[in-house]
Amino acid sequence: MSSEPVAVVGIGQTRHVAARRDVSMAGLVREAAQRALTDAELTWADIDAVVIGKAPDFFEGVMMPELYLADALGAVGKPMLRVHTAGSVGGSTALVATNLVRSRVHATVLTLAYEKQSESNAMWGLSLPIPFQQPLLAGAGGFFAPHVRAYMRRSGAPDTVGSLVAYKDRRNALKNPYAHLHEHDITLEKVQASPMLWDPIRYSETCPSSDGAVAMILTDRAGAARSPRRPAWLHGGAMRSEPTLFAGKDAVSPKAGQDCAADVYRQAGIADPRRDIDAVEMYVPFSWYEPMWLENLGFAAEGEGWKLTEAGVTELDGDLPVNMSGGVLSTNPIGASGMIRFAEAALQVRGLAGEHQVDGARRVLGHAYGGGSQFFSMWLVGSEPPTS
Amino acid sequence: MTRDIAVVAFAQTDHRRTSEELSEVEMLMPVLHEVLDRTGLKTSDIGFTCSGSSDYLAGRAFSFTLALDGVGAWPPISESHVEMDGAWALYEAWTKLLTGDADTALVYSYGKSSPGPVRDVLTRQLDPYYVAPLWPDSVALAALQAQALIDEGYTDEPALAAVAARSRADAQGNSHAQLRGSVPHGDYVVHPLRTGDCPPIGDGAAAVILAAGDRARELCERPAWIRGIDHRIEAHSLGVRELTDSPSTRLAAEKAGAFERPVDTAELHAPFTSQEVVLRKALRLGDDVRVNPSGGALAANPIMAAGLVRIGEAAARIHRGESDRALAHATSGPCLQQNLVAVLEGEPRHVQ
Repeated sequence: MSSEPVAVVGIGQTRHVAARRDVSMAGLVREAAQRALTDAELTWADIDAVVIGKAPDFFEGVMMPELYLADALGAVGKPMLRVHTAGSVGGSTALVATNLVRSRVHATVLTLAYEKQSESNAMWGLSLPIPFQQPLLAGAGGFFAPHVRAYMRRSGAPDTVGSLVAYKDRRNALKNPYAHLHEHDITLEKVQASPMLWDPIRYSETCPSSDGAVAMILTDRAGAARSPRRPAWLHGGAMRSEPTLFAGKDAVSPKAGQDCAADVYRQAGIADPRRDIDAVEMYVPFSWYEPMWLENLGFAAEGEGWKLTEAGVTELDGDLPVNMSGGVLSTNPIGASGMIRFAEAALQVRGLAGEHQVDGARRVLGHAYGGGSQFFSMWLVGSEPPTS
Repeated sequence: MTRDIAVVAFAQTDHRRTSEELSEVEMLMPVLHEVLDRTGLKTSDIGFTCSGSSDYLAGRAFSFTLALDGVGAWPPISESHVEMDGAWALYEAWTKLLTGDADTALVYSYGKSSPGPVRDVLTRQLDPYYVAPLWPDSVALAALQAQALIDEGYTDEPALAAVAARSRADAQGNSHAQLRGSVPHGDYVVHPLRTGDCPPIGDGAAAVILAAGDRARELCERPAWIRGIDHRIEAHSLGVRELTDSPSTRLAAEKAGAFERPVDTAELHAPFTSQEVVLRKALRLGDDVRVNPSGGALAANPIMAAGLVRIGEAAARIHRGESDRALAHATSGPCLQQNLVAVLEGEPRHVQ
């Protein structure tokens, strides 16, 4: 049985900033959705269903906000689903939306993810005491820092690699008008001199708190044929989850991430990701996750990921550009961060990424993860329709 | 896409006013084991897993992550979560099976309403800028709807009392129900709704297994085939909605094929007696349709699971041969804002 091919024909995002005080949550999501419709040259009436995602409701203090947002997203009279898979939610949301098209239940779907962190305090939202569960130790950085340490010890990576990633991503962000952080005076020395927050993670190696939304229009083969601009085609997509806490978990390179990537590559006919994939937009909220995920996703052998970073392979003009948009390190509306990765992958293969376009990007991987490195979602998009 | 998908197993907790001695995971675990046991499947046999729950009931962010540990997601599984009633998790799983990616799916949902004042908690669902700051609670909003129905002549207080009495009498036969038998109709909570018109506050969990085609026939003697399933949402603001009608339910039913042939059973997610009046009208249910033989949400209303329970109860009646074509309905949001309708059928039975 074959499923319907899926094309991305519209992408829209807001300019991501620390606080969008000029708009409500409804105004924020409407802005991204309208831009996606404009890109696709479609109207609200062309949308059959809406799939929305965001990270915990506690981040803004609205329970099940899809109910309140139905009007703003033109969903009245339509099906509306709300996905929540922690930090991977933006990617998962897009994949749930693709399944509505792949299953031929709907022809054209609007999918959107957002976070308006300025409405509340994410540190508070993540810090409620929970019996029988380890606390996050002052935010996500406290949870992930020991895993970074474990990676450094295991791989023998020099302690300069994290700052190289941050320096690269912040420079890439300068080419992306939608990115939150535009640090025009960034230097490697400044990154390395920034305060240590959660050893070994420095202030400039962490993601900001952003307000922002991103939307995509997904459609079937017939919809793609009517698209005014080149679509991005879905070649593979998968989600994998594993438990947060158990003795067999490898927090440095979770098996769920490896399995998820392997499933995507199988679907897309990727034999050697390092050779067959042109660029990667991955979820790197703390700089060291670039080399860690390069290994987890099969772009480098175990213990070798940092060498790609150090050699400049992952630079925008390198052999395997990573986080062309500036990544999560430059823009982090948490619930949207995963979908921004997916959208950037699609922008690249559509050739519409502007100043941060990778020349000749034909196959690009979008990646998201969440929870305690337990939820993974990925898609691989191409400039040509899938052959099978 | 032609692929038949069925509900092949259903399990639920006993729904209770409080379960403070249990964590959510402990409440859920027996249900997961029971539903898997009914099919003989193990976690590793399941092609896709999808759940529904709400952080606001749990009182903390990412509350669903530990439930996943309870599922036993190792080796890693293909899995997803909706911050919605489990009926929508089932919808997501249904689309996943339609793509052909998987042949079986485990769907579960759970909610504990007991730890906090749920009437206040649900106000946090409302427009956060203009409405939620006024804290209009869920019973008050339902009472507005009930009064509108009475004013329009669609029902009256004795008729609503009869809905409650019938539901709780039917719940006598449901060992999982929280309120059963002759329950006093009570005093007004918010006029015109009395305690008897309102659902009990309680904790509970439910789980369903879906399977496609021949796999369903292997796992279940009489699968409950999903002939159609659809859901629709309405505007959020009560000021722009006709509260005495439910156009989203009607549209979802139409898209799910509910009007193509009559159903014999309807499991309606109507937490308030007055909402059954609205739903019966929208779904054009005649007096010959058996409505909420389980007792419905008036007998047990574990928030986030009550909709999935409706699908499970309807399917279980088909499994047992008590129904041939059943409608299941789930709702979300204030005054029936969002509605899902599924139509389930059993294969024709041979005359003995």
